[in-house]
This record gives sequence, structure tokens and C-alpha cells, in this order.
Amino acid sequence: MTLLGSYLTLAAVLFCLGLYGVLTKRNAIVVLLSLELMLNAVNLNLIAFAKYGLIPSLTGHIFALFTISVAAAEAAVGVAILIVFYRRRVTVNVDEFDELRR
Amino acid sequence: MFGLNLDITGELAAFFILAVCAIAGAVMALNLTRVIHSVLSLAFTFISLAGLYVLLGAEFAAFVQVLVYVGAVTILMIFGIMMTRQDHESQERPRPLMEALAGIGCLALFGILFFAIRASDFPAPADTLPEDNVGEIGRMIFSGFAIPFELMSVLLTVAFVGAVMLARREEDDLP
Repeated sequence: MTLLGSYLTLAAVLFCLGLYGVLTKRNAIVVLLSLELMLNAVNLNLIAFAKYGLIPSLTGHIFALFTISVAAAEAAVGVAILIVFYRRRVTVNVDEFDELRR
Repeated sequence: MFGLNLDITGELAAFFILAVCAIAGAVMALNLTRVIHSVLSLAFTFISLAGLYVLLGAEFAAFVQVLVYVGAVTILMIFGIMMTRQDHESQERPRPLMEALAGIGCLALFGILFFAIRASDFPAPADTLPEDNVGEIGRMIFSGFAIPFELMSVLLTVAFVGAVMLARREEDDLP
């Protein structure tokens, strides 16, 4: 029994915490941070399988690097949208993000 | 799973310490009321995850994690906090039903994942990773993964130019 199961369980805990944050938090910055936490949990899975999977290979590392760069782009665009929204509505509460619903 | 291998090796001890740090940082990030404290607590989680990557033999991914997440994403979020005014948590009306439902859903997802992990048996790895990880990753990125790598740089450029264009203050646009 390797540590693989423990790593997967840790990633599941982090993913569920991030999901809870995305679903319940109302500050848009905290929602973005929770998204980053979920992406990090996925990266941990990828790198754990790259070492302890049936065929260890570095492809998992490269996939994790790609995920990290996509997450960085997502964070930049997310913060830009947040700033534009704040300029128009003077709030960062995600409950106020309802222009398409009205 | 946690009680099965009782021989405490160095790797197991390091894993436990880093895992506890990661989970504690994430839980504190969700519980703290001020947003800046959440960001710093989540940076702690990111550093712990970088330690776990080192433990898994992924030194390059660990350095990228520290550089990109702790260095860039956290600072970006702090800029976002600086440029917006934060409402206090106490002024928001509570939604206990919604939070309870979300908590139940997340716990159910975790239960499903946990039992799936417990039920599956992972065969031992056939061989081990090469020692010189970083050089091998460089060779793979510039040979087999050259096109995805270039696409990623195009995506990053487009995303950052788009972010700058979005956040640029337009003069005729002011309220």
C-alpha cells in the first residue's frame, strides 16, 4: 500500500472545501480563491498519479504545469472582471451579479 | 487507510504535517471574516502543497507553484482587494438553508470520492521516475509537447492583454 490513497483523500478534502467556498461565499474574491483551491486539488491528483500510478511518467507533471498556467490566466481575467464590475456597481457581492437575470 | 501502515517513515510524517497544514489553511480561509486574512491563509495552503509536490518528486512543479500561486495569484488577489471596498461579513443576511444544502452536497461528494478511493486497489508502479526531473521535463516540453506549450503561451498573452483591456479605465465610461 503506497501513499497514493492518502494523497487522493487529501485532494478530495481540498476539492470539497473549495466547492463549499464557491457555493456559499458571497465575496467575489473569496469565490475566485476557492476556485484556485479546487484547481490545486486537481494538480495534486495529477502529480500523485505521475509518481504512484501504474506507469509513472512525467506527463502528469507537464499537465499540472499547463493547469497552473490556465489557472493564472483565469485569475487575471477574473480579477479584471471584478474590478470592472466594482467600478459600475460599487460592490463585490456575487449576489449582485444579476444583470442577465433581470 | 491512515491506520494501516503503522511504520512511521519520514515520508509519511512529512506527508501528515504538510497535509494538516494544507487543510488547516483551507479551512481557515473559509472561516476568516476579513478577505485579506483568507488570502494569506490560502497562500499558506499553496506553500504546503508545494512541499507535497517536492515530496512527490516534482521539484519543478513545486517551484512553479511557489512562483505562480504564492507569488502571482496571491498578489493579484491582494491587488483586487486593494482596488475594491470590502463589505463586512456581519452586514450580510445569513442564509442557513443554502449553506446547509451546500455543506450536505459537498460532504456527499467527499463521501463518494472517499469510498471510491478506499474501494479501488492501486497496483504498485511498474518503474520509477527518472532522477533528473527538470531536464527531462524541459526535453518533453520542447519536443513532444511543443505545440501545446506554444498554444499555452498564446493563451496567456491573450488572457493578460484581455485583462488589461477590461480593467482599463475609459473616460467616457465613468458614472
